[in-house]
Amino acid sequence: MYFCLASRQKHIHSGRYLESYFEIIRATVHFGVKNLILAGVFTYSLQSQLEAMRKKATDALPGSSWSPLEQNPNLPPERADIVIVGGGVVGWSIAYWLKKKEMVRGGVRVVVVERDPTYSRASTVLSAGGIRQQFSLPENIHLSLASADFMRNINEHLGVLNEDPVDLQFNHSGYLFLASENVAHIMEENYSTQRYAGAKVSLLSPTQLKEKFPWISTDGVALASYGLENEGWFDPWSLLNAFRRKAMSMGVIQCIGEVTGFKYTTNIMTTVDGEQVDFKRIKQVRVQMPNSLEYQPVECAIVVNAAGAHSGKLAEMMGIGFGPKDTIAGIPLPVEPRKRYIYVVHCPDGPGLDTPFLIDYSGIYVRREGLGGNYIAGTSPEEEEEPDTTNMEVDHQFFEEKVWPYLAHRVPAFEKLKVTSAWAGFYDYNTFDQNGIIGMHPLVNNVYFATGFSGHGLQHSPAVGRAVAELILDGNFKTLDLSAFGFRRIMAQEPMLERNIV
Amino acid sequence: MLFSWTSSLRNRRLRKRNAYFGYTLRFYGPNVAAAYYILSLKGGFRYAGQTEWFRTDQRGNFSWDFINHKDSPLEEVDMSHTDINYTGLGNLEGQRSLRSLSLRGCTEVDDWFLSRLHVFQDSLEELDISHCPGITTGGLVALRNLKGLRRLDVSSLSRISTPGLVIILLEEMLPHCQITATGYDHSLAQEEEEGREQMEGQSEEDTSRAGIR
Repeated sequence: MYFCLASRQKHIHSGRYLESYFEIIRATVHFGVKNLILAGVFTYSLQSQLEAMRKKATDALPGSSWSPLEQNPNLPPERADIVIVGGGVVGWSIAYWLKKKEMVRGGVRVVVVERDPTYSRASTVLSAGGIRQQFSLPENIHLSLASADFMRNINEHLGVLNEDPVDLQFNHSGYLFLASENVAHIMEENYSTQRYAGAKVSLLSPTQLKEKFPWISTDGVALASYGLENEGWFDPWSLLNAFRRKAMSMGVIQCIGEVTGFKYTTNIMTTVDGEQVDFKRIKQVRVQMPNSLEYQPVECAIVVNAAGAHSGKLAEMMGIGFGPKDTIAGIPLPVEPRKRYIYVVHCPDGPGLDTPFLIDYSGIYVRREGLGGNYIAGTSPEEEEEPDTTNMEVDHQFFEEKVWPYLAHRVPAFEKLKVTSAWAGFYDYNTFDQNGIIGMHPLVNNVYFATGFSGHGLQHSPAVGRAVAELILDGNFKTLDLSAFGFRRIMAQEPMLERNIV
Repeated sequence: MLFSWTSSLRNRRLRKRNAYFGYTLRFYGPNVAAAYYILSLKGGFRYAGQTEWFRTDQRGNFSWDFINHKDSPLEEVDMSHTDINYTGLGNLEGQRSLRSLSLRGCTEVDDWFLSRLHVFQDSLEELDISHCPGITTGGLVALRNLKGLRRLDVSSLSRISTPGLVIILLEEMLPHCQITATGYDHSLAQEEEEGREQMEGQSEEDTSRAGIR
């Protein structure tokens, strides 16, 4: 008590207070606290000073979190086992599955680094939120089926005790693909692949299509493919928050910061032909705090690149792609951000509750949003006319020229509509073959990639998270074999393209 | 830990009750397997071409006469207040001539369950999903495939936020279907107006009294 009294530096009247404290203690001992309160001795400032003294005393005792060295509490830990760069739905899904599959409690220390806590530019929350099984590659179909299974039992997986149950607001409306004459055969082949893989899809002729959806104009449509189960759209923000809440309840550490560099060791080995190959191993991840120069080097064993649209930049920081042009070391990660626009339109006479997620062969897509006659529409621009990715501005001219004509042609009710709002988001576009890259890099030994999904990341996120967790903790894929999505196809320059009809 | 134990035990019990009756299917055929599943969950059913219903009594006992009708498919199924869920519906999927299905008050029936009902799209005429707490608007959308539906009961679904609008949209989606939707409070706007009128009346009285004073 006397130490606290003596060490008060912020006091103005230090000497006088010392004497008055002594008086108060003596008075308390003789007369009791109640008499002092009645006598009006305890003024407000004195009370608060005493409280502060008591707090300082308890802090000085062992067991409190006070330390004389001031530390920023937002810094990531100095050492972690696995650092996941990217706090989108894929990153948090990997974090959740890592904690789910660890053999002992606290077996892996996982840190998820995300630079934007508001998620204002993240692809996850800006996505249209659809899930479908109508792909041509069986791996993609299985990924979607597994993810739909996960979302069906989401409260069993991601339910946290004493918190609200997860509500994804899943609309089971199905996807409707329309094919013209020249691509109808692709649709038929895809249908048999999808059926074989277990997706519930049905083919419709133009007359059946008109009967089921009288508001569609079947002009130019030769065949339609309609999903019956496990297809529709949901709220991506709820899924992201569910993953994040559950992962944090299991002990994953969230860090708000930006990865600005890596420290790695290089092992130079020579091949049989005498070439030199550099094998890198990442030792530290440098995480910089937002709006500050302060950084924390996190020593880690494994780094997971789930940075979405910015994975290419992250891979450059790791030194991938700077070798001689015709070697494996010279191939960069072929993921770059591509801007896509989504327009919200209001059409009071539009199709009703049974509107599926309509995708036309001209490339446009439209789905219902809410119950008030609002719809979400967009399309993929041509390769040559890709918009600028430095900002998130929306080009409304694009809607007038490229979306509305085809939309009105397909659904005549949409000739009279009004664009109420629009936004732009980035695809983590895989320039090589527009399919995800999942696996280890051959030259950087402890980095796992889960990126490049080109618009399908959200719908595959639960299954991809499980696959990457299996790779890291079990050494190989256990439930779904996604070795076709590894780096081998990029190194060998063998693209694995989706045979879409758009 | 106790909470997670009780919930996982409950899930395990549900999974066991809704397991795939593959054994019965192999030995007695799909109709008897579906019938046995329904009776084991304390539901009731009626074979096509017959008039009597097979049900269980209070204690879960039922007569084994249903085994004799291996070849007659089920026409009406009453699974109200049972534990049927998404996986359990797999036992009923072979019944392509099912005309009426009642799922009143089933707690495990949710949107995903409704999305699986498309297998009955040609034959199902009557569906009762009232009082199911797991169904939301997104699940009602899944009923779009049941074009043969004539009577639908969606009363007292607690998780629909705007029941009036949803029911109107449902009626548009299923034009030949008669939809029953009771147990919703549609009169909210009217009550607000009445309240406002009362308050205006009171304020008028106050001002008049003030005037007299």
